[in-house]
Amino acid sequence: MIEQAWLIPVIPLAATLLIVFFGKREPLRGAGISILATGAAFVISVAVFVQVLGGAHAERSWPWFEIGDLRFEIGMNVDGLAAVMFVVVTLVSLLVQIYSVGYMAHEPRFTWYFAALSLFTGSMLNLVIANDLFQLLVGWELVGICSYLLIGHFWEEKENADAANKAFITTRTGDVPFVFGIFVLTFAAGTTNITEITELAQGGAISAGALTVAALLLFGGAIGKSAQFPLHVWLPDAMAGPTPVSALIHAATMVAAGVYMVGRLFGVFAGSAEALTFVAVIGAITMLIAALLALVQDDIKRVLAYSTVSQLGYMMAALGLGPAGYTAGLFHLFTHAFFKALLFLGAGSVIHAVHSNRMSEMGGLRTAMPVTFWTFIIGSAALAGIPPLAGFWSKDEIIVEAFREAQYGVWIVAVLTALLTAFYMTRAIALTFFGDYRGQGHPHESPRVMTVPLVALAGLAAVAGFYGAPFLEGGFSELVHFGEEAHAAQFDLGMAALSVGLAAVGIAAGWALYGRWRERDPLRSLGPLYAFLDRKYFLDDVYLRGIVRPIQYPIAAFVNWTSRVILDGIVNGFGILARLLGRATEAVDRRVVDGAVNRVAVGTGWTGALLRYVQSGNVQRYAVFLFVGVAVLAVIFTRV
Amino acid sequence: MIRLPLVLIFSGALFAIGVYGVLARRNAVLVLMSIELMLNAVNVNLVAFSQWLRDGLVAGQVFALFVITVAAAEVGIGLAIVILIFRNRETINVDEVNLLRW
Repeated sequence: MIEQAWLIPVIPLAATLLIVFFGKREPLRGAGISILATGAAFVISVAVFVQVLGGAHAERSWPWFEIGDLRFEIGMNVDGLAAVMFVVVTLVSLLVQIYSVGYMAHEPRFTWYFAALSLFTGSMLNLVIANDLFQLLVGWELVGICSYLLIGHFWEEKENADAANKAFITTRTGDVPFVFGIFVLTFAAGTTNITEITELAQGGAISAGALTVAALLLFGGAIGKSAQFPLHVWLPDAMAGPTPVSALIHAATMVAAGVYMVGRLFGVFAGSAEALTFVAVIGAITMLIAALLALVQDDIKRVLAYSTVSQLGYMMAALGLGPAGYTAGLFHLFTHAFFKALLFLGAGSVIHAVHSNRMSEMGGLRTAMPVTFWTFIIGSAALAGIPPLAGFWSKDEIIVEAFREAQYGVWIVAVLTALLTAFYMTRAIALTFFGDYRGQGHPHESPRVMTVPLVALAGLAAVAGFYGAPFLEGGFSELVHFGEEAHAAQFDLGMAALSVGLAAVGIAAGWALYGRWRERDPLRSLGPLYAFLDRKYFLDDVYLRGIVRPIQYPIAAFVNWTSRVILDGIVNGFGILARLLGRATEAVDRRVVDGAVNRVAVGTGWTGALLRYVQSGNVQRYAVFLFVGVAVLAVIFTRV
Repeated sequence: MIRLPLVLIFSGALFAIGVYGVLARRNAVLVLMSIELMLNAVNVNLVAFSQWLRDGLVAGQVFALFVITVAAAEVGIGLAIVILIFRNRETINVDEVNLLRW
C-alpha cells in the first residue's frame, strides 16, 4: 500500500473536479463525493501508517521539468512524519465534512463549499507528501488560496470578504520571503529534492551562512502561514468563514502547514543556531501575546482562534529548541489537531443553536446541549493540559524539553502561557455553558450528523496523548524524530506537577471571576492594560495606518490614473476611430450603394412612364401598330 | 378568262378598303365586316393564284374554303363579344371600349 501513497492527495483533488462538474446532480449535492473521497484517502492513510509503523519507508520521484541543470520533480516521501500527518489531515477533514453536511445544510453555495473543502484537503496532503521544494510550494499556495475561498464563503457581507482578503494578503506577506528562501536553498544545494537537501545540510555541504539565510526566509513563510507574531493578525479575522472551515484551518490544513514545513525542512533549520533561536523567540512571543489576547475576547471563535495562535507558538518554540524539541513540537501539532478541531466544531454547534458568536449572548447551555457541553469540556481540558488528556502529554513534553535544554526564557513563557490557557478556557466555558441563558430563542442540541463527529473527536482528544506518552515504547517518538536516534519523551514529575498545578490555579481563578455572570468583565478593572489588549496591542491599527494606507492610497491613485488616462484613452481612441470609420462607411453606403439602387429605380420609373402611353387600350391603335409592323416586315423581307 | 393582274388589283383594293374599315370606323360591327372584307380579299387571291399556277391539288381553293370556315367562326365569336359589350356598356363604339388600358 505504501507505494500507492500518492493516491492520498490525488483522490481528494480528483474529487474536487468531480464535485465541480457533477456535484449538483449527486443526491447529497456534492457532499457525498467529497466524503467518499476523503474517506478513501483516510483508509489508505491508515494502511500506509500501519506499514510505516512496521518500518516501511517509501521515497519516489517522477521528473516534472528541467531548467538547465536543475531538475524539478514530483515526488513522495512517506516517512513517519508524513504518515502521521496523513492520518490527522484525512481524519479531521473527514469529520469536518460530515459535520458540515449538517452545519451548511441551509447555506448558499453548498456544492461549491464541498469542492473547496476537497481541494483544501488535497492541497494539504500534497504539501505533506511533497519531496520537492517546488511541489511543496504548489501545495503551500493552494492551501492559501483555498483558505481565502473558504474564509470568504459568505462574501455577500463585506466584512467576510475583507477577512478573506486580509488572510490572503497577510499570509502572502510571509510567502514572499518563503519563495526567496526556496530560491536560496535551491541554488545553495543545487537540487530541489528535500531529502537530498537535508542530507547536504547535515553533511555540511551547504555553508552555515546560506543555511541561516535560507532558514530565516523560509521561516518567514511559516510566520505568515502558521500565524506567528507579527503576522498572526489574519487568523482571528479568519473566523468570518463557516465554523467547520475554521476547524479545518486551525487543526489540519492551513496553519499546520507552517509547522509541518519547518519540521520537513528541519535539516536546514538545525544547521543554523541563529535561525533556531529566532524560531524559538518568535514562538515564545507568539504564545504569550496570543494567550493574553484570548483573555479579553467576547466572540467564542476568537477565543479559540487566539488559543490556536498561542498553541502554534508552543510548537514553533519547541522546534526552535533544536533536535531535542523536534518530536515534542510535532507531537503537539498532532494532539492539537484533535482537540482544536473538537473545540471549533463544538463552538460551531453552539453558534448554530444560538445564532450568535458572542459569549455575552450565551450562557446556561449546559442543560440544553449536553453532548456539545461534555465534548467541549473534554476539548478544553485537553487544551488546558489536564492529565491524562492529549494536551497534557504534548505540552508537558515541550515544557520539560525547554527546561532540559536550558532555554529558561522559553520555559517561563511556556509555563505562564499554560496558566493563561487554563484561565481563558475556563472563562469561555463559564460564559457559554453556565449561568442563565442570555440570548434569543430556545437553543437545542444539534442534529446527529453534527454531534457524532464531536463525540469521535472527543474520544481522540482524550486518548491521542497516550501515543506519545513517556511510558509507551515505540510510540510517536520512534516514528517522528530528527537524526538517527529517537528522542524519547522524558517524564519529569516535578514539571508535570508544576504545569498541572498552574492549570488548576488558572481554572480556579477563571471560575472565581466568571463563575457568576457579571455585566462588566472583571478584567476591565485592569484599566489601560485591558484597553491595550482589547485593541490587540494596536497592531491592526499600526498595520492599517502604517502599511496598508500609505501603500493603498498611492496604488489607488496610480490605478485610478492609469485607468482614467491610459485605459480610458485607449478605449476612447478606439471609440473615436470607430466613429470616423462609421461616418466614412455611412457616406459610401448612402452615396454609392443607395445611389445606385435609387438611380436604377428612378430609371425604371421613367421608362415605364414613357412606355405606358403605348398601352392605350384603343383596339384600333393596336391594329395600326400591327399593320405598320407587317408593312415594315414586308418591305424588309422583299428587299432581302 | 380574266387576267391575273386585274384580279390582284381588285383584291388589293378590297383589302385596302378592309384595312380602312378596321382602322377608321368606330362601329364594332362595321369593324367586323371590314375584317370579312380583308379575309375575302385573301380568298380571291388564293383562288386566283390556284388557277394561275394550274395547281393539280387545288390547294389554294381548299385554303379558301378553310378561310371561309374560320371567318364564319370568327364572326360568330366577334358578334357575341360585341353583343356582350353592348349589354354591359350600352355602346359598341370601339373608342369607348378601352378596358385594356394602362
